[in-house]
Amino acid sequence: MTAESLASAAAHPRPAFSLGRWLERPGVFAWLMVTPPVLFLLALVGYPFFYGIWLSLLNRPVAAEGTFVGLDNYINAWNDPVFWQVVLNTFVYTAAATLLKMAGGLGLALVMNQNFPFKNLTRALLLLPFIVPTVLSTIAWQWILDPAFSVVNWTLIATGLVEQPGPSWLGNPHLAMASLIVVNVWRGLPFYAITLLAGLQTISPELYEAATIDGAGTWGRFRYVTLPLLKPVIFIVTMFSVIFTFADFQLIYVLTKGGPANATHVFATYAFDIAMGGGQFGQGAAIALTMVPPLALLILAMALYLKPSKT
Amino acid sequence: MTVERRGFHIRFLKLWLPLGVSVIFALFPFYWMAITSLKTNQELYNRKIMPLVVHNPTLKNYVDLITETSFLEWTWNTFIVAVLSTAISLIFGAMLAYPLARIRFAGAALVSFAIAATYLVPQPLLFVPLADLINKLGLGDTLTSVILTYPTLLIPFCAWLLLGYFRTVPSELEDAARIDGASRLQTLTKIVLPLCGPGFISAGIFAFTLAQNEFLYALIFLTKTEVRTVPVGAVAELVRGDVFYWGQLMAAALLGSIPVAIIYSFFVEHYVAGLTAGSVKG
Repeated sequence: MTAESLASAAAHPRPAFSLGRWLERPGVFAWLMVTPPVLFLLALVGYPFFYGIWLSLLNRPVAAEGTFVGLDNYINAWNDPVFWQVVLNTFVYTAAATLLKMAGGLGLALVMNQNFPFKNLTRALLLLPFIVPTVLSTIAWQWILDPAFSVVNWTLIATGLVEQPGPSWLGNPHLAMASLIVVNVWRGLPFYAITLLAGLQTISPELYEAATIDGAGTWGRFRYVTLPLLKPVIFIVTMFSVIFTFADFQLIYVLTKGGPANATHVFATYAFDIAMGGGQFGQGAAIALTMVPPLALLILAMALYLKPSKT
Repeated sequence: MTVERRGFHIRFLKLWLPLGVSVIFALFPFYWMAITSLKTNQELYNRKIMPLVVHNPTLKNYVDLITETSFLEWTWNTFIVAVLSTAISLIFGAMLAYPLARIRFAGAALVSFAIAATYLVPQPLLFVPLADLINKLGLGDTLTSVILTYPTLLIPFCAWLLLGYFRTVPSELEDAARIDGASRLQTLTKIVLPLCGPGFISAGIFAFTLAQNEFLYALIFLTKTEVRTVPVGAVAELVRGDVFYWGQLMAAALLGSIPVAIIYSFFVEHYVAGLTAGSVKG
């Protein structure tokens, strides 16, 4: 530092402005760092979200200017029997798939929490359904459930369990829904199992010893030690699972496209059909947005029910 | 002796049976992909032949897939898109995570809330307005459209994951660097980032596999063969009219899964660490 600058620093109570020092101020540095990504997310998530709300108030065919129609799109959806079928389908799909993944994942995690050879390899193999691109594995399921050449039917017929030609897994409305749930569970269960396994491994064995001394049996240890300690992990995993099962698109689009006769249409596939297939952007945006209230309620209900205790 | 046998029975029921059923259930579709892709059409569509093994293996489906369709182009597109959107997500994710992990600043709570909200917004909520915006910007049928939109799915969990790793760096190290005259930026790039390599690997693998996986935006934004990614190409172009080319489809599904599976097998520990730390979208 030169004598002049020292003198000027002494003369003024505040030091002269220095860009370098300004950048070092915590607030300035922090906001300089977070501003670019925040702007990026605002432009590509925040803005589209509000633009979607605006679109849902328009009659907006794909290739034309929109005209403002107020809540007409929502009223149309309310009066559309297919929409209510979509609501029901989505709830059935989400509830069944989530419960099966939760129960199966917890069961598999408990099984995997024992000692056995090739544990890491087994874990890696079990995770494969979750990491492989969903569309590609779903195409394999489509072939497994093919109406004419299903390997499931071949096996059932060969073992004499059903008559030729066997059930049409994706052609019958109830079986189609059941098939979608099975494929969703196939894909999502490893995520539950591996995450819950990691949660199980953090539970101290001393707690089980203490519970045993206090007279708890296998069930008692599970009920009073494992479950309460696993609750936070179960909560997070279930929240993600519910959101993304509720808003699932690719699995259903590939396997049934919402058919037969809308029996498997969910919010995402129906909004896609209306917006992309039918070219009605306004109506499609409105149907997509109707996902928000039930989703928010579901998350809230789960948060209240499974709330990890803060202590 | 009887006690030993009972122990074995219990272990079989409690361990090997459920484990075996799970592994078979998890892996059967991949086995089915592999053997279907090796079958001739004649064998594929003959219901009298036992379908669980290949009787006359052939590579014809793979040859046809590579020579008659744009599969290699799709693979290249998928790779480019995944690499670029992962890079953007890691950089932006780190820029969000570091200040949140280390600096107390006004508005930090707001930024965390925005990240959490973005994390929880499912894609189907945004595809209609995004499709309109992409068209208006003239980005339809360009890889740019997905390179720009994929990071919106990836940044939140990259930030979340990196936040955890940044917090593990002892703040004494940073204080020491600052006392020695390093600026905040230098402290970040020279001290913190090198210590968080595993975090970047975990976040990067996740982002990369999710980007390879993405379907909805790719389906809507990419409608021309030359810009398609593997998932969209397979669904849109290997099914011509109502005709499914099952042999080729299964070959495409298998080849499309292999890059992800290989990367995953190298970094499985990082992947599991990220999975359990971040609880990724799934």
